Amino acid sequence: MTTLNRAIALAKMLAWEDVKQAYRRSAIGPFWITASMAVQVAAMGVVFGIIFKTPLYDYLPFLASSIILWSLIGSTINDGCMAFINAEGMIKQLDLPFYVHTVRVVIKNAITLGHNIVIIPLVFLVVGHPIGWQLVLLIPGFLVVVANLSWMVVVLGMVSARYRDVPQTVSAAMTIIYFITPVMWQPTLVPSAQAHWLLGLNPFYHLLQLLRLPFLSGIPTVENWVLSLGFAVVGWLVTLLAVRKFGKQIAYWV
Amino acid sequence: MAHISFTGVSVEFPIFNANGRSLTSRLLEVATGGRLDKDPDGRVLVRALQDMSFEIGEGERVGLLGHNGAGKSTLLRVLSRVYHPQIGKASINGRITSLIDISLGINPEATGRENIFLRGKLLGMSKDEIGSKFDDIVEFSELGSFIEMPVRTYSSGMHLRLAFAVSTVVKPEILLMDEWLSVGDESFKQKAEDRLTNLVDSAKILVIASHNRELIEKTCNRAIWLEHGQVKMDGLASQVTAAYFG
Repeated sequence: MTTLNRAIALAKMLAWEDVKQAYRRSAIGPFWITASMAVQVAAMGVVFGIIFKTPLYDYLPFLASSIILWSLIGSTINDGCMAFINAEGMIKQLDLPFYVHTVRVVIKNAITLGHNIVIIPLVFLVVGHPIGWQLVLLIPGFLVVVANLSWMVVVLGMVSARYRDVPQTVSAAMTIIYFITPVMWQPTLVPSAQAHWLLGLNPFYHLLQLLRLPFLSGIPTVENWVLSLGFAVVGWLVTLLAVRKFGKQIAYWV
Repeated sequence: MAHISFTGVSVEFPIFNANGRSLTSRLLEVATGGRLDKDPDGRVLVRALQDMSFEIGEGERVGLLGHNGAGKSTLLRVLSRVYHPQIGKASINGRITSLIDISLGINPEATGRENIFLRGKLLGMSKDEIGSKFDDIVEFSELGSFIEMPVRTYSSGMHLRLAFAVSTVVKPEILLMDEWLSVGDESFKQKAEDRLTNLVDSAKILVIASHNRELIEKTCNRAIWLEHGQVKMDGLASQVTAAYFG
């Protein structure tokens, strides 16, 4: 237990260092995270609001929560590829549990989300959109999403350390997934005949719904919950097998 | 009980980006260094350690001798529990402290204070432990008010003094070193020397890689001579150095 506690404490400290590191010597520091996200949401909100002919009252709250919550998923996965590669110095010298490096990535992205999430209530306030009691569902939703991201980071980190083309591939794939997942566009725009294969089969759609609907006074469907949980269970099983088989080789790969 | 036991340990590195054929044919056996080989899939393998067996018990001070590439660093990494051997069994009992790279984890943009906590945590100390030793570390490193400044503003001597001061507050059971640490100007050097000697004396097991004959003869009671990743000679420090240095 002390090993676990100490490893998590170390991961937390390294994650905070990662966040601070990017903004050292800058005047407003990590507030840049919030500022650049706010500008992105405002600009995209206005432009896409016009393109999709959706009133800002509906579209801006949707887009703000969408982009901000998606950024947790997208950037955790991209950072996850580098989890072990970037920790080469530590891995080759210290006998640390492997999860120090992956938990570090997840915590770092959770901290970033913490900086961004303040924008969501501000947007709701500006356009006068209410937030309902459904917001409490964000807590279990967040836990399920983190459970999923955590295993993805382990698997991607390991595969990327072994095959160095993977980070580039994943980054390209995440760009495509960003467009085919309803992040910028509302899922209701998909004709119901196509909804099954375009949305239903996309695990990222379900994960995003778990985080997004609580803000938009919606309740994630049973399908959202079951598929996301199933994805976590299957993912962790595969991950644990992979760690058992290849975990000790990570030091040779980085 | 600190104890190290190696039975038939071999360590091989798969080289994924090497062009197997031409490299193997040209460098099948390098003059110094590990052996190159192919695994069943035709990938190039560097055999860094081969069939190593030995025991190290409490009280032993072991010097590792050998040419560059003989496997000293790889062996130190196996002893750090970083590399798990593909063949054989390496069992290492005891808390390990590695002074191989004392600057590991030091972030130049962070202040001296932040770095003491960072480095301390990496060495396995808790926040409270570091806190209780904080004043001692600052005093020893002679950094004074610079401790609140980013490490990038330090001279290289100050940087090393900080790294040395934090890295040497631990109480190791198994201490791993790559050459003796020597930091700072004349006055600091003496202080550092005393502290390091104390640390080495308090360790239950010391393993140090070195090219320095005097150091091994002075510090160690046993030496292992590595060649091509194999143990060429293992015995009393004086005997092995006599054979190695000729």
